Amino acid sequence: MASELPAVLDTAVLAALVLASVLTLLASYRVIVGPTTPDRVVSLDTIGTNVVAIAILYAIQTGEGLFVTVSLVLAIIGFVSTIAVARFVTEGDIIE
Amino acid sequence: MHVLRVAVLAALLAIGSFFLLVGTVGLLRLPDVYNRMHATSKATTLGAASLFLAGAVYFGPEGPGLVSLVGIVFLFLTAPTGAHVISRAAHKMGVPFYGDADWPDPGREEQ
Repeated sequence: MASELPAVLDTAVLAALVLASVLTLLASYRVIVGPTTPDRVVSLDTIGTNVVAIAILYAIQTGEGLFVTVSLVLAIIGFVSTIAVARFVTEGDIIE
Repeated sequence: MHVLRVAVLAALLAIGSFFLLVGTVGLLRLPDVYNRMHATSKATTLGAASLFLAGAVYFGPEGPGLVSLVGIVFLFLTAPTGAHVISRAAHKMGVPFYGDADWPDPGREEQ
């Protein structure tokens, strides 16, 4: 179904996909060298949001509506994991 | 595909990519975990919401397009909550503020 997209839009979606992928790789710099643990949590959260964006761009590029659901599930997992890690950092465990 | 729809889609894609770029540049360049959290939680949420809106325009008002609209609502509800929880955790861990910034009222926390 990718041929259904006009050429201009196909190029735009491809450029946005490349940009989002490069930004995700750049955000991993902060995961590696980030001075404190909250820095790493913030940048992992950013990577999660970027992956959500990549999933929805892929859904537009291929015309598969299933990947919109994939991006929503990724957003939910990212939120829950952010809350869990922040709680683990402060309290020492997640469920006491 | 109608030419107006193509134009709207291209504009939404450009806006979304721009805000994702701003968020990641803020994550890499700002000096402090609180500043970085501030940059990413707003800009990246706006960028992803704009791309979700592009998905809603592309897929129409039912099926995957409706899921995209639900995704926008979910992002706008959860991204500020997650950022708030992270910054509270950072403050509890004792991560210092950048420069001469300080907690607004030192006694208010204990109440």
